[in-house]
Amino acid sequence: MASIWRYILAGLGLAALLVGIVAVVYLTLPHSASGPDRSRSKKTANGLFVASFEPERGVIRQGELQSWLLTLKTAAGAPVEGAAITVSGGMPQHNHGLPTSPQATDYLGEGRYRIDGVKFTMSGWWQLHFGISAAAGSDSVVFNVVL
Amino acid sequence: MSRLTSVACLLALAALVLLGGCGEPQFSDAEKKTIASLALNTLPSLKPDTTNQYADVPAAAALGSTLFFDAGMSRDGTVSCSTCHKIDRQFQDDLPQAVGIGHTNRRTMPLAGVARNPWFFWDGRRDSLWAQALTPLENPLEQAGNRAAFAHYIKKRFGERYERIFGRLPDLSTVPANASPLGSDAEKAVWNAMPASQQDDVNRVYANIGKAIAAFERSIEPEQTRFDRFAIDLATGARPEGNAAFSPEEILGLKLFIGKANCVTCHNGPRFTDNAFHNTGVPPVDGLPPDRGRVDAVAQVEADPFNCLGKFRDGDESACRELRFMVKDGPQIMRAYKTPSLRAAADRAPYMHAGQFATLDEVVAHYSKAPPSVEGVSEVHPLDLSDRERAALVAFLKTLSD
Repeated sequence: MASIWRYILAGLGLAALLVGIVAVVYLTLPHSASGPDRSRSKKTANGLFVASFEPERGVIRQGELQSWLLTLKTAAGAPVEGAAITVSGGMPQHNHGLPTSPQATDYLGEGRYRIDGVKFTMSGWWQLHFGISAAAGSDSVVFNVVL
Repeated sequence: MSRLTSVACLLALAALVLLGGCGEPQFSDAEKKTIASLALNTLPSLKPDTTNQYADVPAAAALGSTLFFDAGMSRDGTVSCSTCHKIDRQFQDDLPQAVGIGHTNRRTMPLAGVARNPWFFWDGRRDSLWAQALTPLENPLEQAGNRAAFAHYIKKRFGERYERIFGRLPDLSTVPANASPLGSDAEKAVWNAMPASQQDDVNRVYANIGKAIAAFERSIEPEQTRFDRFAIDLATGARPEGNAAFSPEEILGLKLFIGKANCVTCHNGPRFTDNAFHNTGVPPVDGLPPDRGRVDAVAQVEADPFNCLGKFRDGDESACRELRFMVKDGPQIMRAYKTPSLRAAADRAPYMHAGQFATLDEVVAHYSKAPPSVEGVSEVHPLDLSDRERAALVAFLKTLSD
């Protein structure tokens, strides 16, 4: 009789141990960072330009108006000058637009344009769409920013 | 048999330890990071307001405080800023809609941390604290005065104090007793007949009234709460003691707030607000005039001569980026209202921009159900929270008051 109880207890103990190990593995496993493409440099939709998009001061600060730099090069690597740039965007998962209306405010040379008035008011997946018109033609590009 | 008993006792003890462990706050690293970002100790020090060179001048704040509580700052001498912004009630009035000289259509906002806002009023129709302070002074439903009368009143009652801060008062001897571009038809006619230089003189005194009141209001800041003590203990790994310890219900509420219920999406940062405007499907109030929120406020702030781009701003235009880059159109601003801070909200029912909900339970029930907006599109989606979950959220919100 006692031996049956011993087996049951041993079984319970082993099960508890297993649950513990699984829990530890689950809690410490790095969560894979899937989601939208977060690259800061890419070809525009029709391949006319190579665009890169970086915060001017290097860091993204949630809730603050910030300026970013949009750098435009031709496929051959020459800086794109005199581009007309439109900015729009929003949060695809929240079905709302940007909380501000960012604009291209300055041309800084070497294909670099200051995009001022960017503000991310909440964490999550943001999208910025740029319409670009220059001598080479018109194209567009979308950057994903995940906070 | 005794061996069996002792093993059972050991097992029971192990189970108790495990269960006891579950009763402790257990948060993931991501949750801990979010909780830390909400704590008051992450609130940065108040930035200077370059548009108001008197913002941090003590004499200006002192005069502003006098004016804030002075019922003489109204048409009939009965209403001051403090009539609705009651000092012992978090600078609000507990009413669904504010009552000054008349009955307004909006809930009085509390003032803790107000100087940190990029936009003022529920719809953001002003872009600085000093421009905001001027608006109720001339609103016929609030203080119902007019700027010419205010200029005369300042000269008569506070002339010396005013001049010590702002320099010489202009010659007001030929300024009419009552005149304003926003007043009654008669006051408007008188205003329009005034020479531009005289209008400028009056506007300058008027702007300085706002700047003094704003200097006073900058001192009104949020206070540390049970939540902040809990959050600091969590961040430092200390065991929360006394009332800094959260009940299981409060912990559940906090987890929902930063998780499944998505509250923290908009109510983020140490003030629990993203300072932005959202349509969350809050219903209109029967009997009040049509209210489209941010849609109408955009034109109002652009037309305001006291806005950041106007000539009464101190400092340079670089301070005006919020106005310069504001969203002016699009469906998202229809019936959009500012995310209010949730600090101390549990002690100031009723809720929403026109006091639509009498209790926090009603507020949480609204967000759980997420009805569509009567106009425009609500950004919130149904959560279908259980009774227990809704009660837990309310329990958590109360920790922002104690």
